[in-house]
Amino acid sequence: MDKHDQQDTQSDARPVLESPDIARVLTRIAHEIVERAKGADDVVLLGIPTRGVFLAQRLAVKLEEITDRKIPVGSLDITMYRDDLRMHPPRALARTEIPGDGIDGRLVVLVDDVLFSGRTIRAALDALNDIGRPRAVQLAVLVDRGHRELPIRADYVGKNLPTSLRETVKVQLAEEDGRDTVLLGAKQTQ
Amino acid sequence: MSKILIRGAKVLGGEPQDVLIDGAVIEAVGTGLSAEGAEVVEAGGKVLLPGLVDLHTHLREPGREDSETVLTGTRAAASGGYTAVFAMANTFPVADTAGVVEQVYRLGQEHGYCDVQPIGAVTVGLEGKKLAELGAMHESAAGVTVFSDDGKCVDDAVIMRRALEYVKAFGGVVAQHAQEPRLTEGAQMNEGIVSAELGLGGWPAVAEESIIARDVLLAEHVGSRVHICHLSTAGSVEIIRWAKSRGIDVTAEVTPHHLLLTDELVRTYNPVYKVNPPLRTERDVLALREALADGTIDIVATDHAPHPHEDKDCEWAAAAMGMVGLETALSVVQETMVDTGLLTWAGVAERMSSKPAEIGQAKGHGRPVSAGEPANLTLVDTEYRGDVDPAGFASRSRNTPYEGRELPGRVTHTWLRGKATLVDGKLT
Amino acid sequence: MQRHLISAADLTRDDAVLILDTAEEMARVADRPIKKLPTLRGRTIVNLFFEDSTRTRISFEAAEKRLSADVINFTAKGSSVSKGESLKDTAQTLEAMGVDAVVIRHGASGAPFRLATSGWIDAAVINAGDGTHQHPTQALLDAFTMRRRLIGRDAGLGQDLSGKRITIVGDVLHSRVARSNVDLLHTLGAEVTLVAPPTLVPVGVETWPCEVSYDLDSTLAKSDAVMMLRVQRERMNAAFFPTEREYSRRYGLDGERMAKMPEHAIVMHPGPMVRGMEITAEVADSDRCTVVEQVANGVSIRMAVLYLLLGGNEPAVSHTRIEEK
Repeated sequence: MDKHDQQDTQSDARPVLESPDIARVLTRIAHEIVERAKGADDVVLLGIPTRGVFLAQRLAVKLEEITDRKIPVGSLDITMYRDDLRMHPPRALARTEIPGDGIDGRLVVLVDDVLFSGRTIRAALDALNDIGRPRAVQLAVLVDRGHRELPIRADYVGKNLPTSLRETVKVQLAEEDGRDTVLLGAKQTQ
Repeated sequence: MSKILIRGAKVLGGEPQDVLIDGAVIEAVGTGLSAEGAEVVEAGGKVLLPGLVDLHTHLREPGREDSETVLTGTRAAASGGYTAVFAMANTFPVADTAGVVEQVYRLGQEHGYCDVQPIGAVTVGLEGKKLAELGAMHESAAGVTVFSDDGKCVDDAVIMRRALEYVKAFGGVVAQHAQEPRLTEGAQMNEGIVSAELGLGGWPAVAEESIIARDVLLAEHVGSRVHICHLSTAGSVEIIRWAKSRGIDVTAEVTPHHLLLTDELVRTYNPVYKVNPPLRTERDVLALREALADGTIDIVATDHAPHPHEDKDCEWAAAAMGMVGLETALSVVQETMVDTGLLTWAGVAERMSSKPAEIGQAKGHGRPVSAGEPANLTLVDTEYRGDVDPAGFASRSRNTPYEGRELPGRVTHTWLRGKATLVDGKLT
Repeated sequence: MQRHLISAADLTRDDAVLILDTAEEMARVADRPIKKLPTLRGRTIVNLFFEDSTRTRISFEAAEKRLSADVINFTAKGSSVSKGESLKDTAQTLEAMGVDAVVIRHGASGAPFRLATSGWIDAAVINAGDGTHQHPTQALLDAFTMRRRLIGRDAGLGQDLSGKRITIVGDVLHSRVARSNVDLLHTLGAEVTLVAPPTLVPVGVETWPCEVSYDLDSTLAKSDAVMMLRVQRERMNAAFFPTEREYSRRYGLDGERMAKMPEHAIVMHPGPMVRGMEITAEVADSDRCTVVEQVANGVSIRMAVLYLLLGGNEPAVSHTRIEEK
């Protein structure tokens, strides 16, 4: 439900990360990936639409700067694997784009904007399963806001943001929203 | 013998009058008639008409008693204000012998709700090949004068010619179901804009019109008279108008449903709208109303065609054709002809009683509402408006296209030769 | 809320584009090692075929299985079960088994509409071809094929077929494919011309949102796609045209005629083709002929339709026309 909650942000939400913070955080994550993956030889970045894809592309650029190698980057739509499909009208599908060499035997780093219940990542793991067999799967997120409902954790976290369930976290990225920011606000009363 | 005083009834829609019935006969019509010794029916401004006569009813007995019997059909007729119905010949066995027509006739007499005048088949087994024993049926106790292969067209021009000629010997009339068979192979609905969209086989107007044109010319040629069943198209009206202007002895009927409904209803694919001839267009409906008003079309006949539920509760192509109509006919005519100002109640009496009785030679029916005439009468509450509820039908079948539709008028009383068959809307 | 797809005319432009876009994503599943999605897990779909159509049934079955639905195939062909009563009885029997959707092919026009609106069953109804009425998934897969070929796989996303000129040739009178295509292509902004001998055009066609021509040659040069309809040889005996040879000569597509089409224009056929009748082998086997692609696209389109109708708690397409009724 994390995606949904983001849309309920009120206008009086306050920024917790600004554009320079986001850039700095992504640079750090890129370095961590290189360090943990021992050079990132076999890394494939897969962003989860919508904003995870842009984050993955930005990470790829940074990784390429660090390693001076082309980093395969793609997208993984998890809509058809969601466990709450029956609770809403069907959603329009987003693009799944697996880089040419596939993911078999690779280190796949899933990239998403906010880690919340963990259900999106569970769906992403299922989706990956139908596409190939990676050597390992890791998870990078811009914000971890807690409240996990599944035994899932992120390998790379931009910012740990303790929140209440009455709050919403909204990530805005220049590619989609015209600016980079992470907003924390109160949930709208229905 | 009991007397009945109908007090304050608008006879043929005129000023309120009293009508005194003595036994089977109307004793007096006037104002301030004495109620002494008479049962009084307060008409309270209802319209009194001669008992209606239907020249085109399917009673289904013998053979399809699951859809209607002479008993249920005549009870439906009495509910609708009818005192005489002509029963079509397409039963099982076909009414093509003296034996079958006498059986149907006797059943009608025994039940006593409505006189049943059997129609004899023109050809053996309705097969269009060999003339049935028309003379024998005429001479039988049923005294058949109307012959029809209704449901099928007498399409062979020679057979039709011979039939028209032959019945002249005893003053009979052939009622033609005008449908050119080759042009209507696989036909499911009116051919036009709606059929093109729905992908249902078309029943073109020309298939009716070409047969009518041929038959009026045949009737003229052999000097006989011909009756055309259930006219459904504007073109047919033109042909009849032309034939009458030439002095050809032709009469024509229209059904209530062709005066009200159009093929747009088929878009629901609900087989309750499946009927033969099919529902046509708005233009046809308006032409039929006008023709009924100006006398080009002589009468209204119901083509009451009962079918069991399962024959309509299916996909369109598999469904039976036909609608019940006896219990809603007068309401539909009021809606389409009287309330629109096209016809007076006297005009309705002519087109639904006296003229059909004349065409079919139904003795004692369709007579004026005046002293000395048989007391075949129907009393109509023309102020009533209500939704059609098939659950209340006396007919064994419920295949009405008007379910839930609000229609005006309700028959409250029917008298057959002075005997009440319907009182306050309830069958006796 | 309706969960049915009965007629291509029921789809709005946005519904249709959503289905085409979704089908593009579904098409990618076919390229994966595991051609399966868990989306309709636990949903039961029955393919209720009262008429032979192995192609359409297999296409639906593949789509249903790729979406992990449980599939029941029920072929009810034969005189005793193709009678009217059994449509209702059969449908109710299936519903009693807990069916979520019925994909129905029936020889009687209107049978799927009747099934969806008569109150006989609650399941979603998807029309897989009814009589000479409609075949909406065929029209969708045709539009999908056109969009891919004429605009492009990615460039087409979100696009309709505005300004494209489509010619449909053959037995329009008896064709549910023609009816569905006229409705959908018009909704998608294309200009449709029907070409047929006058005997094979229905009375009442004048109200359809398309042009009608009796002359194939004059339409070819301005067509972006030419769709050839199957012409059954039996029609000849019913005097719709004098001989097979004359039909082919006047309305068949051969190499010479194909050469008159613009270079980018494609040749389509819903199959099965009658080679030598409406289409020559040369045309059927050429690169411009999309028959095989249409079959592959059919699976993607049917996956998209099934997902959008059954994937959630309510359908994602609006079906404005049916709801009005």
